[in-house]
Amino acid sequence: MAIRSLAPPDLTVAAAREPVAERSRIWRKFVRNPAGIAGALALLVIVGAAVAAPYVAPHEPARQSLIRRFTPPIWAKGGHPAHLLGTDQVGRDTLSRMIHGARLSLIVGVSAVVVSLVVGVTLGLLSGYIGGRLDVVLMTIVDVTLSFPQLLLALAFVAALGPSMVTIIVVLGLTGWERYTRVVRAEVLALREKDFVEAARAMGVTSTRIVMRHVLPNTFSSIIVMSTLQVAQAILQEAALSFLGVGSGSAYPTWGQMIALGRDFVSVAWWLPTFPGLAILVTVLAINLVGDRLRDALDPRVT
Amino acid sequence: MTALLIRRVVRLVVVLAGVSLVTFAILHVSGDPVALMMAEAPEADRAVLRETMGFNEPLPVQFVKFLGSTARGDFGNSFFHRAPAMPLVLERMPTTLLLTALAILIAIVVAVPAGIYSAVRRGSLVDQAVTLAVFLGQSMPIFWTGIMLMLLFAVQWRVLPVSGWDSWWSLVLPAVTLGTFSAPLFLRIVRSSMLEVISLDYVRTARAKGVSEWFVICRHALVNAALPLVTVIGLQVGLLVGGAIVTETVFAVPGVGRLIVGAIRQLDFPIVQAGVFVIALLVVLVNFTVDLLYVYLNPQIRVR
Repeated sequence: MAIRSLAPPDLTVAAAREPVAERSRIWRKFVRNPAGIAGALALLVIVGAAVAAPYVAPHEPARQSLIRRFTPPIWAKGGHPAHLLGTDQVGRDTLSRMIHGARLSLIVGVSAVVVSLVVGVTLGLLSGYIGGRLDVVLMTIVDVTLSFPQLLLALAFVAALGPSMVTIIVVLGLTGWERYTRVVRAEVLALREKDFVEAARAMGVTSTRIVMRHVLPNTFSSIIVMSTLQVAQAILQEAALSFLGVGSGSAYPTWGQMIALGRDFVSVAWWLPTFPGLAILVTVLAINLVGDRLRDALDPRVT
Repeated sequence: MTALLIRRVVRLVVVLAGVSLVTFAILHVSGDPVALMMAEAPEADRAVLRETMGFNEPLPVQFVKFLGSTARGDFGNSFFHRAPAMPLVLERMPTTLLLTALAILIAIVVAVPAGIYSAVRRGSLVDQAVTLAVFLGQSMPIFWTGIMLMLLFAVQWRVLPVSGWDSWWSLVLPAVTLGTFSAPLFLRIVRSSMLEVISLDYVRTARAKGVSEWFVICRHALVNAALPLVTVIGLQVGLLVGGAIVTETVFAVPGVGRLIVGAIRQLDFPIVQAGVFVIALLVVLVNFTVDLLYVYLNPQIRVR
């Protein structure tokens, strides 16, 4: 360990050379940290629940029962054993709606990040490797995008295009790409001057091939870490959009929508806004913990 | 120095043109702005509106006209309020600015001492608790934080008003909510820049001279940690305003955010465009100022 810590940070390049040894080292570093493991386990449970929602949810999420409206959670006075986390103003089961709500949050979060990733990384590679006038234009576009609060821009465009899940994914994706562009561009600028890229160029390798084979793989670790953290952000943004009333436009429950409804009943049924919010908190926290530990595990300078 | 200033001003103008283009796009992205404004109206009425609003002209011509009216601050009349959109937005701006300023103040008051302490006592129990709090704070949806505070202080203990903006007491919950949103970020910046500075030679020299520990921290270390914090506050002003929009909606604060959210629900696009433009303008100007301030505060750049 001591020797490794003395090694220059350039050893990231080693990832391409001996993938198996490197991967097991990263894995060992990740496993050593209890917070990362706790996050990963929590995430596994949440994803599992979302995938198997129809089987694990105790009730149909849309089933109403007027006799059981505003049933408090099972441990509170007046709780009903059939409804662990209580029911809402029309008697729908909170827990079941939360389990189903996980689906939309996760799908939107991951898909939006895939959109940002593809757009942002491509533009970052172009901007950094080609440079010149293209770089100036792209960086101006980044500056313009950064001038708008992401939520405000997403809010306006989702409203203009009509709320739907696809719109939300595309709009969140297209308002969150500039981070990738900036990071990838910076890495490419640093990598471009490295000896191994110089060597490849001297051997007559084409620019496209240099970027795809030599530059791109070296930006992977920062892209992976950033994507993890961006999924957490996208989930928060989607919840905020649902809360503000420009959600997916469907009857399918989302966490943000449940909190928005719960706000109106906050004085009679505290559990309605509380639990969906906890679900968001735990999911985002788990993703953030995993992302943070991943960063340390992938960073050869941290032992 | 002058060349740098000119470059920054040119960039400011270019970015503002880009901001106008995006604002213009809000209304035109769906293809047919008239269908968006009056979905149920008969075709004849739509044709009349299309003609009077100039939507039949080519898009570039419309954009140039839009640039002209934007420069004059004219975004047309609000459909709902039947009054010019721009004054309606500007009228609510002080409320949003007050809320944001209070939140930044609260965040700084919490984050700076906590950040310094956890950097100085790195690895201690307090430091670990602070790190955990940062993680929790960054994972909470802001509207949920607001509702939880409302539940505790307004519904359960009845010490603060549920919503509104009529007395100083009603400012407390919204400002604290928005403050908890920015505090984790500030805290991380203070902690990491303190850690960076604290092991440097000149800090060690100051200690060796026998200067008291708190004097070293405040006079030597904190001054240098302040620069990144100022930059981050400047860069994050957009994020803060985004948080303010949500907070205003939760607590029914009559600011720009609530106006825009309401306008979006009513498809009142002049208000949406005016609001989005004013907020982007604010972000651009703050960033510009921070940029200049940075040049002024950082001797390494200033000399060049």
